[in-house]
Amino acid sequence: MAYKRNIDRLPIIPAGATEHNVTCHYCIVGCGYKAYTWPLKTQGTTDSNWIGEDLSKQQGADTKAWYAPSMYNVVKQNGRDVHLVIKPDVACEVNSGLGSIRGARMAENRRSDILGTQQQRLTDPLVWRYGTWQPTSWDDALDLVARVTARVIDKDNEDDLYVSMFDHGGSAGGYENTWGTGKLYFQSMKVKHCRIHNRPAYNSEVHSSRDMGVDELNYNYADYEVTDTIFLVGTNPMECQTNLFLNHMVKGMQNGAKVVISDPRRTVTVDSCEQVAGAENVLHLAIKPGSDVALHNTLFTYIADQGWVDADFIAKSTFQGDVAVPADSAHPAALGSYEAARAACRMSLADGAAATGLTEAQIIQAAEWIAKPKEDGSRRKCVTGYEKGIIWGNDNYRAIGSLLNIALATGNVGREGGGCCRLGGHQEGYYRPSDAHVGRPAPYIDQLIIAGGGKVHHIWANDHYKTTLNAAEFKRVYNRRSNMVKEAMDARAGATREELVDAIVAAINAGGIFSVNVDIIHSQIGQAAHVILPAVESGEMNLTSMNGERRLRLTEKYMDPPGSARPDCLIAAGMAQALERVLREEGRNDYADQFKGFDWKTEEDAFMDGYHQANPEVTYDRLRAMGNNGVLEPVVGFADGKLVGTNRLYEDGVFTRHGREDGKALFCMGEWRGWQAPGKAQQQANHRFFINNGRANMNWQNWFLDQGNEFVMDRFPVPFIQINPEDMAELGIKPGDMVEVYNDVGATQALAYPEPTAKRNETFMVFGAPNGAQGNIVNAGVNELILPNYKATWANIRKISDATPASAAVSYKSWEVEL
Amino acid sequence: MKCNRLVDVGRRQFLRGGVLGAAGAAAATVMPAAQAQAQTARALVDYPSSKLANIADLKVNEPMDIGYPDADSPGILLKLGTAVEGGAGPDGDIVAFSVLCPHKGFYMSYHAADKTLNCPGHFSRFDCEKGGQQVWGHATQNLPQFALRVDDKGDIYAEGADELIYGRLSNVLQG
Ligand code: SF4
Ligand code: FES
Repeated sequence: MAYKRNIDRLPIIPAGATEHNVTCHYCIVGCGYKAYTWPLKTQGTTDSNWIGEDLSKQQGADTKAWYAPSMYNVVKQNGRDVHLVIKPDVACEVNSGLGSIRGARMAENRRSDILGTQQQRLTDPLVWRYGTWQPTSWDDALDLVARVTARVIDKDNEDDLYVSMFDHGGSAGGYENTWGTGKLYFQSMKVKHCRIHNRPAYNSEVHSSRDMGVDELNYNYADYEVTDTIFLVGTNPMECQTNLFLNHMVKGMQNGAKVVISDPRRTVTVDSCEQVAGAENVLHLAIKPGSDVALHNTLFTYIADQGWVDADFIAKSTFQGDVAVPADSAHPAALGSYEAARAACRMSLADGAAATGLTEAQIIQAAEWIAKPKEDGSRRKCVTGYEKGIIWGNDNYRAIGSLLNIALATGNVGREGGGCCRLGGHQEGYYRPSDAHVGRPAPYIDQLIIAGGGKVHHIWANDHYKTTLNAAEFKRVYNRRSNMVKEAMDARAGATREELVDAIVAAINAGGIFSVNVDIIHSQIGQAAHVILPAVESGEMNLTSMNGERRLRLTEKYMDPPGSARPDCLIAAGMAQALERVLREEGRNDYADQFKGFDWKTEEDAFMDGYHQANPEVTYDRLRAMGNNGVLEPVVGFADGKLVGTNRLYEDGVFTRHGREDGKALFCMGEWRGWQAPGKAQQQANHRFFINNGRANMNWQNWFLDQGNEFVMDRFPVPFIQINPEDMAELGIKPGDMVEVYNDVGATQALAYPEPTAKRNETFMVFGAPNGAQGNIVNAGVNELILPNYKATWANIRKISDATPASAAVSYKSWEVEL
Repeated sequence: MKCNRLVDVGRRQFLRGGVLGAAGAAAATVMPAAQAQAQTARALVDYPSSKLANIADLKVNEPMDIGYPDADSPGILLKLGTAVEGGAGPDGDIVAFSVLCPHKGFYMSYHAADKTLNCPGHFSRFDCEKGGQQVWGHATQNLPQFALRVDDKGDIYAEGADELIYGRLSNVLQG
């Protein structure tokens, strides 16, 4: 039986409950919510309540006057238990009162000692002692971290300190926390061996867009509502950016927009678009996996040959000449003028059809919908959204560059109803000192660790065990290296701090690695840690972040952190102070001086020290006043009591992201070249099934909170893999059976979910699960700039067992609505 | 296909108006609102025991509109034809669910071919053979299912719900 909460009624929010602005941190969209808190022993009534409605009556659809049990909890606030309701804000332009299956569980996903939710949250620092993790004080834990770290770093060489750190906003990120960590590692230190939360290097996911002069978040969500065509590439917004889809793309379709979707898989997004717009207005280009560059170059060629381009825009706003930036080790394709790109990318309809598996007619139809002027001769507006399908797909640099070529050629950047943007995963909130010292291509951290690199590893909200590629080998090596240090520590139980540090250093010099894990839960890579430091999430601290249209908001702190957990920025400050003290003790005063400047008491101090310095108009008070609608970055002023933002980038036709003084956008000269990353073609040749992979509606990122959420785990006790039913029958697999997915680099497990729309031999597996990491079977192949190619994975599938009782209990019906 | 969307618009309107009847959903409703609301302060919500129908009234895989715990909470009573966990009656196949989508309260329609309830609002769907589990969708709970008792005359009574029904902060309206 499906999980039921058996909650028959909820406490009513009283009039006068405290109201806090909340930006949902469970995805890039950043829907507005309101958190209401009120004292435990008080409540509203059906006739006297926060909203002034008669709650003795049934409320209608879309009502403001209802909240689900998942939106309710009892939490601590200033040490007291309070009721908490977090419900969608109808006045927020982003979501207009819509919640989603992720965001509307925000309240339930807070730690509650009263209701017992999220007991997995860390409350105290833990250190490896006496053969397991022991709770301790911040002073003790940070002292150990600083003493060991100080032994492997020096003023001119910090290469033995490896750092994995989130670079996102929302969640536990945000401008406060990226600055705290950034100041420590990129200002006090110049750490070059670092990586980002979801990929094995410190790099951009959209290098080509930036090199071409175009920031990847250049529109606003309302552009979807006024466009003629929505072009979605390798993205599934109904599931992954839910309320961007429901509140903006749907309105666009209702206003007559057509939709072109390039995706090898028929996603829920395709079906939903057909429901809204009618199948005749939706074109699904079910391309062969990895053939994006071929599709984009063919479209570009055809559109250019038809003359459906914006010649005026090309002349005024794009580079004139031949090659502006030659291809080299930092640029996987040359960049240059429209004509140069046209020549380099030229691809006939026949070649494009052969490479993508589409018909020529489909490609022509897509080109017409994207670029053909309307009957009255006016230009067609087209907004382009892309995400991991090409970011983590084949030939990242050229796939994104070739897509942006189309948008630039048709004048669809910086215009109403246009834009060429990534849709995003987390929110953004990046403010750090320059990372130029890291270099480009950036070091491939995970492979370096496998090869024995790194002595001390600081990990901030990264879980390589669930979300890296070549994960099976990474785990083997990391377990072994971190165990060497655990054994050395165990052997010195009872020793003084000095003796313990000596023992640790000896172990790391012998090939071990000392692992410091900053996270909100005891993660899987955290099982290898020697020191674990508990962090907080947004809402347990004040946190600023921006969404996929650069909308900046402040989430107000509405509850206490669990136990003694701290915001990451203050943990970074604590680390810096501990390092300064230890270095001074060791007489390394020059070096110690570099760690000054962290005397922050609050996250607001970190914000003022970082983001505010570059954006002097922006303060917490002003953001608070801007509420859930916030302001679109960049903030350009403050007038009439309001922050003044930027509705859309590049409206003046001047492109700056590449730093070129001429302000001209560049085109990408990347011809189609098949599989770019090493090992992909061979893996494809040697295995039956394509293992496409990505996120699902229900699961936020690597399930870190969801793994403790009964509603979620009841639906999918283990990660699903969608397989064509005829393939299942051939392999003797029934719905819910546990299967092993295995190939040349590793193996993982999943429950088999029949999907009639899946092509034969093409599966889809949910990514990042705690109990079946898809990354185990992704090979180490990356692009020239170390962007992982998770998508291009092939494997064989075998049955391990019949469905477990948990798996047998769930529904295996189609996800496509039947109305 | 389109008809369910139109039905939805009509049903939404009447729900907003708070008047039941236009769509025929009230046919089997027996619980006077006054009785349902006669609550004394107790730890658990007291659900009314409402007769919904007799087994003889049900046709396999054809939902009957009901209102439970009161007329303003539309649902369906359904004989699935095959026994399911939580199914009532001699064949273990009778179930009843709220038809207000727990996402935003739109009125869902039954798709007999795969025994699901489907929402025209934002396309969530729920499996009537799996206790109302959300097959795919935006709701943060599975569908409220009504606890059923069948007496020896074949009369079917609803006696409780296992999730909060959309649009009310107490399953049995109070106040
Ligand atoms: S769409 Fe994203 S931001 Fe909005 S509620 Fe859902 S998870 Fe949160
Ligand atoms: S109201 Fe049913 S899916 Fe939104």
